[in-house]
Amino acid sequence: MQENNGIVIRNLNIYYKNNSKNDFTALHNINLDIPKNQITAIMGPSGSGKTTLLKSLNRLHSINNGVKVNGQVIIDGEDIYHPMHLLPELRRKVGLISQKPIPLPTSIYENVAYGPKIHNRLNRKESDAIVEKTLKKVNLWEEVKERLNQPAADLSVGQQQRLSIARAISINPDILLCDEITSALDPISSEKVEHLLLSLKEEYTIVLVSHMLRQVKRLGDYVIFLYMGKVIEQGNMGELFNSPRNKITQQYIKGVIS
Amino acid sequence: MKVKGRSKKVGNRLSFRLVKDNISRKIMIVCTSIIFLLFISFVVLLVLKSNLVISKYSIKELLFSSFWEPENHKYGFFSATFGTFIVTVFSMIMAIPISILAAVYIAEYSPNKLRRYLSSFIDVLAGIPSVVFGLCMLLGFVPIFSVLLKKWFQIETTGMCLFTASITLTVMVFPIIVSLTVESLRALPVELREISLSLGSTKWQMIKKTLFKAAGPGIISAILLGFGRALGETMAVAMVIGSKNNIPTSLFASGQTLPSLIISSFGEMMSVPEEQSALIFVALTLFVLVTVSNIIAKVVNNKLKKRWRY
Repeated sequence: MQENNGIVIRNLNIYYKNNSKNDFTALHNINLDIPKNQITAIMGPSGSGKTTLLKSLNRLHSINNGVKVNGQVIIDGEDIYHPMHLLPELRRKVGLISQKPIPLPTSIYENVAYGPKIHNRLNRKESDAIVEKTLKKVNLWEEVKERLNQPAADLSVGQQQRLSIARAISINPDILLCDEITSALDPISSEKVEHLLLSLKEEYTIVLVSHMLRQVKRLGDYVIFLYMGKVIEQGNMGELFNSPRNKITQQYIKGVIS
Repeated sequence: MKVKGRSKKVGNRLSFRLVKDNISRKIMIVCTSIIFLLFISFVVLLVLKSNLVISKYSIKELLFSSFWEPENHKYGFFSATFGTFIVTVFSMIMAIPISILAAVYIAEYSPNKLRRYLSSFIDVLAGIPSVVFGLCMLLGFVPIFSVLLKKWFQIETTGMCLFTASITLTVMVFPIIVSLTVESLRALPVELREISLSLGSTKWQMIKKTLFKAAGPGIISAILLGFGRALGETMAVAMVIGSKNNIPTSLFASGQTLPSLIISSFGEMMSVPEEQSALIFVALTLFVLVTVSNIIAKVVNNKLKKRWRY
């Protein structure tokens, strides 16, 4: 195995079973090395397989029936598609923040304490401490400390998305998967979330899906360009944007294809 | 400056559309008010018709005495109220866990194709007339049950008892609760499942801690509908409960529910105005019971809906 302690993907293919006989191939032969403690941005037009690739990293796409996977995804030296791999343990290490900031149907406090309580028996003091620490990390504590027991659905959409991030980091994952997490937010909330991500990359390996080129430029250290289920180009952000080697990448960056 | 209220240029076509819009709205209002008219007229009818018996006997005696002997002018139907309570509660105790677990399997675990088959099968079950359930229980369950009780517990019974009635209701209520619970689980956004799973919960933890809350109001409505059906079910219960107007001593004794009391006395009631009135008072009691339990459930439901928003 390489030095890289991030994520190593080898020969990954993902198919969706259709009702017809032909399977739809969502990802073709993906080979990637996602670096540790950086923000890796996956960009590409709609339907290019960005979200499928992202969710394949904590095997969330398997909650749909009829998904077939072959290849390897290696995290911490273990192939997560090995039949002996335990899903809850994988997902404790690899958290996901989804596009829509949907709160769990419970209070603000319980939204954050949900993950820790699944994995450990906590007394009130311990869970209080986790909730406070986590909410401070996402800069939400001051806004909600007076109403921790109110339904999380009462928060504004921007606050809800920061709460989603708090929920995801409450169990100290190694890797955070972010699926277009600012697309439902207003510009100011988006900015807050982007700042937050930048501050979090010290501690976490972040993989971000975005369809906004400017956001990729602002946040990405390492960029992957997906097109029709294939990795067209990957590289450091500056390199890839300034001197793209592939013609399709050039067109995408210029906005000719989207 | 004079401001015209209305532009003169409104053409014939537009004014015709506006008239149609207006008329259709009024028709809808009339249709909707039928609901209220029906409700009110039922209440009025039941109250008026039971007036005879209420004026003659005290309400307390009617409600809380358990001597139903029309030939002796005794119309206490407490045993039926009590039977209704026992049978409904017992059937719900059995039906709720079974139905919800079955619904969870169908909605969350079964493969897509199987789910489609199971769902339509459940819908077919829900549509079977209650008299068919009653007949099947009477011919299939009752004889076997009485033999088994005698063999295992040395209880002498015909098999027509509160327990049999409860089982019948459980079977009848099952498809209703399952079908509605499946629907409310499937209506939840996939993100809720993703969020819970991606925090490392197992599937069962996800269902228990997240989906049950998010779908909670829907599931409670499902249970409520089942409860309503159990409370009011007449034919199937009357066929298997044994129809005895005394306070049952055990679950395996014959008894009576409010609806089965009405249906089993129905033939005679036409001739005697007093008995007729007494039976209508029974119906009024049932009506009030159903309405009150509906209102309570609605209030609880709204409270939970506020708490469990997502």
